[in-house]
Amino acid sequence: MSIAHKPLPHKPLPHDAAALHVTGAARYVDDIPTPANTLHIAFGLSEIAAGTISVMDLSAVRAARGVVAVMTADDLPFANDVSPSVHDEPLLSDGSVHYIGQPLFAVIATSHLAARKAARLAKVRYEAVAPILTIEEALAAGSRFEEGPRIYTKGDATSAINTAAHVIDGTLDMGGQEHFYLEGQAALALPQEGGDMVVHSSTQHPTEIQHKVAEAIGAPMHAVRVEIRRMGGGFGGKESQGNALAVICAVAARATGRPCKMRYDRDDDMTITGKRHDFRITYRAGFDADGRISGIEFGQYTRCGWAQDLSLPVADRAMLHADNAYFIPNIRIESHRLRTNMQSATAYRGFGGPQGVFGIERVMDHGAHVIGLDPIEIRRRNYYAPAAAKAEQTTPYGQVVEDCILHEMTEALLKTSDYAARRDAVAKWNASHPTIKRGIGFSPVKFGISFTLTHLNQAGALVHVYQDGSVHLNHGGTEMGQGLFQKVAQVAAARFGLQMDAIKITATDTGKVPNTSATAASSGSDLNGMAVKIACDTIRGRISTHLAARHDCTPQEVTFVDGMVTAGRAAMPFAAAAKSAYEARISLSATGFYATPKLAWDRIKGQGRPFFYFAYGAAVTEVAIDTLTGENRILRADIVHDAGESLNPALDIGQIEGGYVQGAGWLTCEELVWDDKGALKTHAPSTYKIPAVSDRPDVFNVALWDAPNREETIYRSKAVGEPPFMLGISAFLALSDAVAACGDAYPALDAPATPERIWATIERLRDEG
Amino acid sequence: MSQVTMTVNGKTATGDVEGRTLLVHFLRDELQLTGTHVGCDTSQCGACVVHVDGKAVKSCTMLAAEADGASVETIEAQAADDGTLNVVQQAFQDHHGLQCGFCTPGMVMSATALLKENPKPTEAEIRHYLEGNICRCTGYHNIVKSIMAASGQDVDSIAAEVAAQ
Repeated sequence: MSIAHKPLPHKPLPHDAAALHVTGAARYVDDIPTPANTLHIAFGLSEIAAGTISVMDLSAVRAARGVVAVMTADDLPFANDVSPSVHDEPLLSDGSVHYIGQPLFAVIATSHLAARKAARLAKVRYEAVAPILTIEEALAAGSRFEEGPRIYTKGDATSAINTAAHVIDGTLDMGGQEHFYLEGQAALALPQEGGDMVVHSSTQHPTEIQHKVAEAIGAPMHAVRVEIRRMGGGFGGKESQGNALAVICAVAARATGRPCKMRYDRDDDMTITGKRHDFRITYRAGFDADGRISGIEFGQYTRCGWAQDLSLPVADRAMLHADNAYFIPNIRIESHRLRTNMQSATAYRGFGGPQGVFGIERVMDHGAHVIGLDPIEIRRRNYYAPAAAKAEQTTPYGQVVEDCILHEMTEALLKTSDYAARRDAVAKWNASHPTIKRGIGFSPVKFGISFTLTHLNQAGALVHVYQDGSVHLNHGGTEMGQGLFQKVAQVAAARFGLQMDAIKITATDTGKVPNTSATAASSGSDLNGMAVKIACDTIRGRISTHLAARHDCTPQEVTFVDGMVTAGRAAMPFAAAAKSAYEARISLSATGFYATPKLAWDRIKGQGRPFFYFAYGAAVTEVAIDTLTGENRILRADIVHDAGESLNPALDIGQIEGGYVQGAGWLTCEELVWDDKGALKTHAPSTYKIPAVSDRPDVFNVALWDAPNREETIYRSKAVGEPPFMLGISAFLALSDAVAACGDAYPALDAPATPERIWATIERLRDEG
Repeated sequence: MSQVTMTVNGKTATGDVEGRTLLVHFLRDELQLTGTHVGCDTSQCGACVVHVDGKAVKSCTMLAAEADGASVETIEAQAADDGTLNVVQQAFQDHHGLQCGFCTPGMVMSATALLKENPKPTEAEIRHYLEGNICRCTGYHNIVKSIMAASGQDVDSIAAEVAAQ
């Protein structure tokens, strides 16, 4: 069936708020009308990367026009901590300074501008020490999180490599990535009677905001209610990085008795908040004569910044994706989580997975070059066996891969992308064009779905049916543009046999559904869709039992289709069924709760089943580079991606297109630069280049694989938020392929492959002959 | 403080502004027209695009005082009074030209200005015109498609999105 004509719940409907977005009526936190006495907050920021504060003279700040109050750590009444993990992240400096941009004090003023201007008037003197900035410096100083490197092993990698027919080794540096959510971080705290607090926060994790605010105002969690209708993009950057704004707003609101609001100016946002972890990956790999991997040793080194934040699970996930799509009989992965005097690196779409995948894709690319195999062929020889083979192949962490569909997907993609002919055409072009070189690249993805912290794999929902048959829908997931709310509403409509306009989507609210997990790890629709289904089915069951007794049938025979409820010979509109149940004193409100099954994971041993299932995808990208300048362009991208039986093909394709472009951006034009003092020099879109409309591929073909998930997920769909991000790696590999046309050696290109880096790599290749 | 008067979405708007007040802040803070968004604060991202005397302008790069006497149109005035979306708005909805929606008002305002100048732009012309509008979610594919569709052009050729099996 064409995806354009699928019925609910698999219908390709527009985003639920599309009409609000195109008319400017959709409200973000900064758009919420505020009471007239609302105050505005700005942080004063550290100007050195490491040391202690010797003198902080804030008299000029306090005297500035519009300033109502100034707060330092000493003014915080309760917890001074905004860490999502190990309480190592003070909201305001406790006297020590760990990075340039760290909040030292907060200014509370009558306007956003007044607060920001006053914050610049502080006179701060520091006792500076030498910052730890590079991987080498961190290793030399033993500056790391956890006691030492985390190591996962399977088999005997060293012996396998030493006896292999082909051995390669190398190092790959990859940069971090600024989230650049279009809506910057924002929060608004509204003090209530009796010390309660209502917080509007642009957050992927309202429960975490509630938790940190409660700690900071010395109240139980029941005294704090957090609400978020939508974010203007998140990408992981609003999983923990909104804590500071929400907490200072609540603390200041408690202190002043007035509503307090904060939004980071873009420059402050980029200076203060954490980004994707950059990685250095070292590798030594052995292949047999046919190009099958016999063993790999990986070293993964990541700069986590000054606080732990989510770095441990990020680095774990990089290890868990060091195999990507390939069966590796012998492997050793050594992961170093380094503490550096920079922004605290945080969650970003893929959560370490892309870094791990990029490492093994480099190994495959390098191996193909050395052995002389087609880069796709070497990959296919190493893929996990197809599901039907029942080969019981395990990942490096002992999970059996039961669902590999990459063989079929790759076959389909090779045809639709006309790969073989285009590869020949690229070779012909390069043989006759000395300046403009072309390249073609392929990369697959296998991405593990579930939070690796197993207890986070739970979700709740709250559904009300009113006596007029309209439905109020709420769950713990947050909307950041991915279309979660619409997909979950489609589930609710399908369960009740209703049209979409009968379902009211409502803001995420900690007062409605408690103890939620972040909307992260691509898990939003898997978890919340299931919880909503369970809640809807509870109400449906009650209505069915009620009508079955009246109309002489079994509850199982009652149907909910096309707005009608049929029981025995009686058929009535859903509203009439709801009214009938209401009048019979039957509850039309229910909660739903879902916990992902089959998970068992020991992160210290590196053994178990951390993932419910895997999502798959593959991409072919063709590029052209100018060898005189390194400038480059994506000419064409072809993607086939597995979203299971998609809940909404239109929204899922949107995730794939956007994920690919964001992934390609990470590895091409997006470059974070810190100077030797630890100052981030790329703190605005003028110096940090995210893909623009002209960077989109000239030809962009995206297809869904659209086969049901073998696991029992919501309507057999699959998670789609993060996996397609890794398809952008094919763009990097295409650039590397084009560079390879300039010499005989393997290019060993690092990322991001900016024009400068491409040019320098070409020069090196040519020098090497 | 000085007084400015301009026509905003067909109505006269008067307010006291500082010399430094940006047009975007006048629209958002004084007139509560919050559909015009502040994305980057530095005239890069285009989330704040409005029309001033018919021309697309980044309202964070123009002083409110500079708009004194001008006619300003924002995203809030693009649909008909009965709520019917204009052709660009409808196309962005139908062709999924948005995700988080934060860039959307600026995109719609830029696209509308483009189609006034050039009713049937090529893909290349659309890309060139939208260089100053950043979207972090969509990868731009559906935005370009929406604008092609809004100008009455066939988008089937750039909609190769069928199941692969």
